[in-house]
Amino acid sequence: MKYLIRQAAVLGGQATDVLIIDGKIAQLGELHDAEATVIEAAGLVLLPGLVDPHTHLREPGREDAETVETGSQAAARGGYTAVHAMANSTPVADNAGVVEQVYELGRKAGWVDVRPVGAVTVGLGGQQLSEIGAMADSRAKVRMFSDDGICVWDPLLMRRALEYVKAFDGVIAQHAQEPRLTEGAQMNEGEVSAVLGMTGWPAVAEESIIARDVLLAEHVGARLHVCHVSTAGSVEIIRWAKARGICVTAEVTPHHLLLTDEKVKTFDPVFKVNPPLRREEDVLALRAGVADGTIDVIGTDHAPHPSEAKDCEWGAAAMGMTGLETALSIVQHTLVQTGLLSWADVARITSFTPAKIGSLEDQGRPIAVGEPANLTLVDPAARWIVDPSTMATKGRNSPFAGMELPGAVRATFFHGHPTVLDGALATPRVAHD
Amino acid sequence: MKHLLSTADLSREEAIAILDIAEEMRETGTRQVKKLPALRGRTVVNLFFEDSTRTRISFEAAAKRLSADVINFSAKGSSVSKGESLKDTAQTLLAIGADAVVIRHPDSGAPARLAATDWIGLPIVNAGDGTHEHPTQALLDAFTLRRQLALREGVSPVGRGLDGLKVAIVGDILHSRVARSNLWLLNTLGASVTMVAPPTLLPVGAGAWPCRISYSLDAVIESGVDAVMMLRVQGERMRAAFFPNPREYSRYWGLDDTRLKALEAKGHDTLILHPGPMNRGLEISSAAADSPASMVLEQVTNGVAVRMASLYMLLSGDLI
Repeated sequence: MKYLIRQAAVLGGQATDVLIIDGKIAQLGELHDAEATVIEAAGLVLLPGLVDPHTHLREPGREDAETVETGSQAAARGGYTAVHAMANSTPVADNAGVVEQVYELGRKAGWVDVRPVGAVTVGLGGQQLSEIGAMADSRAKVRMFSDDGICVWDPLLMRRALEYVKAFDGVIAQHAQEPRLTEGAQMNEGEVSAVLGMTGWPAVAEESIIARDVLLAEHVGARLHVCHVSTAGSVEIIRWAKARGICVTAEVTPHHLLLTDEKVKTFDPVFKVNPPLRREEDVLALRAGVADGTIDVIGTDHAPHPSEAKDCEWGAAAMGMTGLETALSIVQHTLVQTGLLSWADVARITSFTPAKIGSLEDQGRPIAVGEPANLTLVDPAARWIVDPSTMATKGRNSPFAGMELPGAVRATFFHGHPTVLDGALATPRVAHD
Repeated sequence: MKHLLSTADLSREEAIAILDIAEEMRETGTRQVKKLPALRGRTVVNLFFEDSTRTRISFEAAAKRLSADVINFSAKGSSVSKGESLKDTAQTLLAIGADAVVIRHPDSGAPARLAATDWIGLPIVNAGDGTHEHPTQALLDAFTLRRQLALREGVSPVGRGLDGLKVAIVGDILHSRVARSNLWLLNTLGASVTMVAPPTLLPVGAGAWPCRISYSLDAVIESGVDAVMMLRVQGERMRAAFFPNPREYSRYWGLDDTRLKALEAKGHDTLILHPGPMNRGLEISSAAADSPASMVLEQVTNGVAVRMASLYMLLSGDLI
């Protein structure tokens, strides 16, 4: 199939025509092709397909919350062409069998590249390294390893994991949370938790682990990825580590770029998330961290839950928020419209760099002739009101419900196949191999 | 007033109105026939997810004195222990015919959640939620203080606040819903509050509260206070390293006999309050608990009056 995208602003710059043939970008410039399906894109921004370093697809085990199919549909609608599926499924993705299963489900679904993340430790138990080599060498070609949801707390085990993955060109993605300092934690520890009488999740519980881990990464010469950075102090530590030449990358979620712990005053568990929503000062420090390159990537931490897990009191509720279908709008709202980032920067933090961190070869590529046509068309002038009931994800737990947001994904091309057209899901790509 | 969830929601006028109605209710409690017909035919459910005999029977007595029917629901041994959700439990009570729900819950915010959702649509009274709030306890404490001061001055308490009163709240502030509810209400009524605790038992973020904070009970007593509220301290807290052991706690933050003498020596006629149940010998000595300045039993009596006033205002509805 041939597609001709007409007059799209590539990375927000010059308006150009883009011809896609057989999954690749065939030509750029002033183009005409009578056989191609034409997509009028005047006023739209063309980005490389988004790559999420941090998604929970819930399958296998919690298909009531999400499946690889519904989660990857949500991803396509959000402009994504690749997602990293976190390992905390049931059974845990701690062996080649489970990661190949998830990879296969993703391939058959055909909406995005589903790249499984392997667990660092067996059963996320924090005791014994999982078969990292077997997962790396499997058909799923796992490169990112994480016990996300649980911190690799044992300093010796973390050291060994950082060392060991070097043999497989892997990276450890750490969920930085000191467990003793966060026992029973419900929300950010600060002025709001003092008033609400909720057990606090102090910033130091995140920062102390990040400080330890960057020093470990330096000591053993490994690379470290820090998941969902949420505090101003964490940004400072990572900024220091990068200045020192330590090989660390960091991720921030869209919700931590916008929402604060003031939301918890509603006691609505849709705002319950781990790490928790922090203070306004933290939100501003995170944005500044993205702007100066301290924070490398946006990770959605998309965490769908069935309605009963949120339709309850705060203490009984599950932690997590959906995010795939709102991420780009939140990025535009918090980083582009505030003047902190250009669209070229957006391409870097949502596609180029996350693909590099995950070692994805044909994702996050430049928009150039001969490159795979993983592309996203965004209408930056659109405005829409978030309605979780219309989303592709099974999860209805969007913290942005009812908010008016800028920017809408008009089309997503996944290896040259339109998975989203006119802002709606189109058809999956049929895998040929 | 649609619900009673937090004392922070009460204006000075509303708070004084509740206290004034409670004064009338307290009068009826001294009569031979204590019952009023105000809520005849209405059903109040006491929905208790935490063990609490004192607060539950106080609410039960309050509802019965207003002629309401009372259903007591205790989570232990009920469907809740079989995994029933708060939503289903609440909707079951609605289907049974409840008109108001008095809820105690171990989670901060559970009553507010019940009030904010479309699960039931009944007036909710917070009878203590986690370490968040316990508004009727704060109201009965304020009622007790106001009444004692008025008695002392030989005037009527009706219509008055607590302006200029100096109150110290002493003990496990971190885990105390009583302390939080008292903080907001005492401020609303014009009193000034000092929180006294070891630093481990004060929440991070308390620096933003409208109160003074002290680590020294002796210094606060020396500065002169009109009332001290002693909070219950659980000896088990030492296992989570909040303090070394109960003896050391008592030595620094307990109202022991020496500090009782120091209070008396100041000549302030300082009132001693405790929400109960007391740990005699830990946060309060027997001499202090049983002294003429102790308001402990007066608080219990007043609790029924304040809860009558709260239920009356929520269920008759047209007063505020």
